[in-house]
Amino acid sequence: MRRLVFFAVGLLAWLAAGAAGHAAPAAPAPAALGRVLVDLAGEDPARREAAVTLLGETRDPKWLVFLAALREGSVYARTRGGTLELVVAGTKATRGDQEVVDIRSAYERAPLGIVPLAGLREVPADRRLRLVIKPFLDADETRAQLADPDPAVRRGAAVKLGNQADAGAAAVVEAALAKEPDRWARRALTEALAQIRLAHGAPEARAAAARTLGAVHSMNGLPALQRLAGDAAATPAEREAATLAVRQIERWTLLATAVETVFQGASLASILLLMALGLAIVFGLMGVINMAHGELMALGAYATFVVQNWFRAQWPERFDAYFLVALPVAFVVAAAVGLVLERGVIRFLYGRPLETLLLTWGASLIIQQGLRLWFGAANVDVSSPTWLSGGVPVMAGVTFPWNRVFIIALATVSVAVTYWLLFRTSAGLRIRAVTQNRAMSSCLGVRAGVVDAATFAFGAGLAGLAGAALTQIGNVGPSLGQNYIVDSFMVVVTGGVGKLAGTILAAAGLGGLTKGVEPALGAVFGKVAILVGVILFLQRRPAGLFATRGRHADA
Amino acid sequence: MSTFSRRDFLKGTLAVGAGLAAGAGAPSVLTAQTKAPVKIGVLHSLSGTMAISEVSLRDVVLMAVEEINAKGGVLGRTIQPVVVDPASNWDLFAEKAKQLLLQEKVATVFGCWTSVSRKSVLPVFENNNGLLFYPVQYEGEECSRNVFYTGATPNQQLIPAAEYLMSREGGGYKKFYLLGTDYVFPRTANKILRAFLRAKGVPADSIAEEYTPFNHQDYQTIVGKIKRFAAGGNAAVLSTINGDSNVPFYKEFANQGLRSENAPIMAFSVAEDELRGMDTSALVGHLAAWNYYQSVDAPQNKKFVQAFKAYAKKTGLPGGDKRVTDDPMEAAYFGVYIWKQAVEKAKSFDVDPVRKAVYGQEFLAPGGKIKMHENNHHTYKPVLIGEILKDGQFKIVTRTKGLVEPEPWSKYTSADKGCNWVNHKGTYQKKA
Repeated sequence: MRRLVFFAVGLLAWLAAGAAGHAAPAAPAPAALGRVLVDLAGEDPARREAAVTLLGETRDPKWLVFLAALREGSVYARTRGGTLELVVAGTKATRGDQEVVDIRSAYERAPLGIVPLAGLREVPADRRLRLVIKPFLDADETRAQLADPDPAVRRGAAVKLGNQADAGAAAVVEAALAKEPDRWARRALTEALAQIRLAHGAPEARAAAARTLGAVHSMNGLPALQRLAGDAAATPAEREAATLAVRQIERWTLLATAVETVFQGASLASILLLMALGLAIVFGLMGVINMAHGELMALGAYATFVVQNWFRAQWPERFDAYFLVALPVAFVVAAAVGLVLERGVIRFLYGRPLETLLLTWGASLIIQQGLRLWFGAANVDVSSPTWLSGGVPVMAGVTFPWNRVFIIALATVSVAVTYWLLFRTSAGLRIRAVTQNRAMSSCLGVRAGVVDAATFAFGAGLAGLAGAALTQIGNVGPSLGQNYIVDSFMVVVTGGVGKLAGTILAAAGLGGLTKGVEPALGAVFGKVAILVGVILFLQRRPAGLFATRGRHADA
Repeated sequence: MSTFSRRDFLKGTLAVGAGLAAGAGAPSVLTAQTKAPVKIGVLHSLSGTMAISEVSLRDVVLMAVEEINAKGGVLGRTIQPVVVDPASNWDLFAEKAKQLLLQEKVATVFGCWTSVSRKSVLPVFENNNGLLFYPVQYEGEECSRNVFYTGATPNQQLIPAAEYLMSREGGGYKKFYLLGTDYVFPRTANKILRAFLRAKGVPADSIAEEYTPFNHQDYQTIVGKIKRFAAGGNAAVLSTINGDSNVPFYKEFANQGLRSENAPIMAFSVAEDELRGMDTSALVGHLAAWNYYQSVDAPQNKKFVQAFKAYAKKTGLPGGDKRVTDDPMEAAYFGVYIWKQAVEKAKSFDVDPVRKAVYGQEFLAPGGKIKMHENNHHTYKPVLIGEILKDGQFKIVTRTKGLVEPEPWSKYTSADKGCNWVNHKGTYQKKA
């Protein structure tokens, strides 16, 4: 029934579109359609365009599929029994010395068998025709997305419809709004509806729409509202409503930007902290300038990659859980390598910082090259689990990405555990004892060697954890460590060697400062400004934020 | 690094050795053995930061050489490639180029990726009258007598992409965010794009421009800015972000709730080879502009892709038959054939006659027929806009009708300059 109505409407439109000569009274629908298809296969560009418009306006999914096929150039024409027929081509193959193709009927997609390509004539879609087809397909796709199970997709579709502000979409948006369960998608739909009404409504409706846009703090509606506020042809009520809404939105944008900047600062700080924490322990507490710290992070990242691949191969249905397994694995792998490094070579060089620097640098090159030989020089791909993709909208215009929220949490937990371990356990007491006075602790029966090994392994493990976390925001490649090592050292040195609180404060300060200056200075000069700031700061306070006081046996 | 590169280099030479040995066995080239092989240079970084991109170019050049040798070489002489490793070090590029030209006395060189490496070898090639085939899209504003540029000039990549985004089919975008890594290509590219957009009537406040340092990882602030810039729709991002920073950028873009339907990113530096090491889920639906994609549906391209995969597997290259082909690789590949055809036309390996023979040379490249320009040392190429797919390949959404003429000097930024080596001496002032 619906189809019949479509045909009738379509026929009228087609008649109106310039086929004045064919004054046939309500011809049977298939015949009208036949004409459309004949036009489409013909040569006259104007008629072909009208035919496409007619088919597109039916909004019949099957015709839209046909138009998509036409756009891709897989529609062919053939003459059978004197009548022209349009078919859609599927897969091509070579049989003997001729090319054959699998064809289906244009509308119903009924299989018509495999025929030689030579018997068909391509119905070409030139640029002009493709231009006409595209909006129909897009509009259809966007409308279909309003019913997508993923709220983020629904939100995106609503934003698009609102920005297009097409009067015809108002009913669709309204219908979607009525049954939308998700709060943020509902907001996007309300915004879209108001945008459409603002563009097409009567003066009162426009004023009401402007008020709605102001109330939902619509950033997307801002350009249209600004135009309306300055539009001399609009009524004073409209202008007033628009001006008010613009002011509301602008104020809200300031607030949203501030919240966003604070979050970005916190996110960067947590990343810096996670990277520097392990270094703060091996460099700060043990005095080892560990140039291989970055490579330990890279090991953690590659461990995550391996775990991911293992899950992908063994438990594809549990893929999302891989990251939870990868975190401890990354910690253990990096800790084990750290242990080998410490027991193997570093322990012979305690108290000789320059030699350890050279040694760990050598170790970093070996690890890096090992990774390159084993995994290849190119970056490897680590997919985010679905629960770390996308973000959570917290207020209009501000979305917190899940991966960043997760890293902030991970950094918090890591710091808490480190604190607990160092200051609330007997192992921590021994670590601090050895750090402060190695000889005396040994005399008192602390096995300094074991403590050293455990401390170094713990610091290395934290580096591995940081590496695993970094896979969720950046690249994984053999040179991953080199990208982060400078920042790690910067945080530890600025914070003051040997003080965990200093590292935390320095990470927060550098993260916040970077995000604070970046909007104004841009990324390049922001980085320069931060480095200059750190240099000046260290000129004033060479020992960093928190200088270690008192006697140090090994220093 | 040196361990790897040496190993890699050995593999390369061994492969070539094997290729030569195999060629020697075939009766059709027995005659060729009476003449000494002709040497060509391959100047691509096999270690250091650029190795990721450049190693593939060396591979594809060696494959082309192997193909040509298997069919009897050039003018009856087999080609002997001399592979050197400039290790992503710009000074070393000049040194290695000198070694290739003066010691090895190669007939031609295929090489370079970054503009800074090309600028570094330019005086070497010009002073010693060498010949370089440069296969990467670049910022233009150069017209050397001793270089043939088989990659795109700005007007063969940037302008058609911007035009597409402004067209009804492309979405009719009206605001543009120009984002790039801070070095010469993005800066020049954005200068040209801005001039083009201004010439098309885009107001200055609808164009934003921003740069990030190399290896930049934190795109929170920039994505926040783009979000506000794109509010109200009609905005697209034109990205010249360099390889390594792309994953953090696209991830942040997706995670902050921006979608390709509402604000598409058109990338000029993301190709199949880079996508190999990326989690593509955040990139799907965004666009790129190139002159070739692995997905080009043409018989000669299917053959090329298969041949390369088979070659990578046979010679034990990392990645094996999972390797992909992309735009610079295609340009490097057909560069070898253009040189071969020019040598055959000139009946000589000498630089001057070969150079003249290159002018107007045509070749059925994997991506379609291309033609060397009659006088400006660049290449007529088609332009293709592609949409990134989940598997790291591109769906071609539009391609230009026919070939686009190369313009080393953009008419939008340097309207008064031209490049012509037949009627002028390279770069010349156009008369008003």
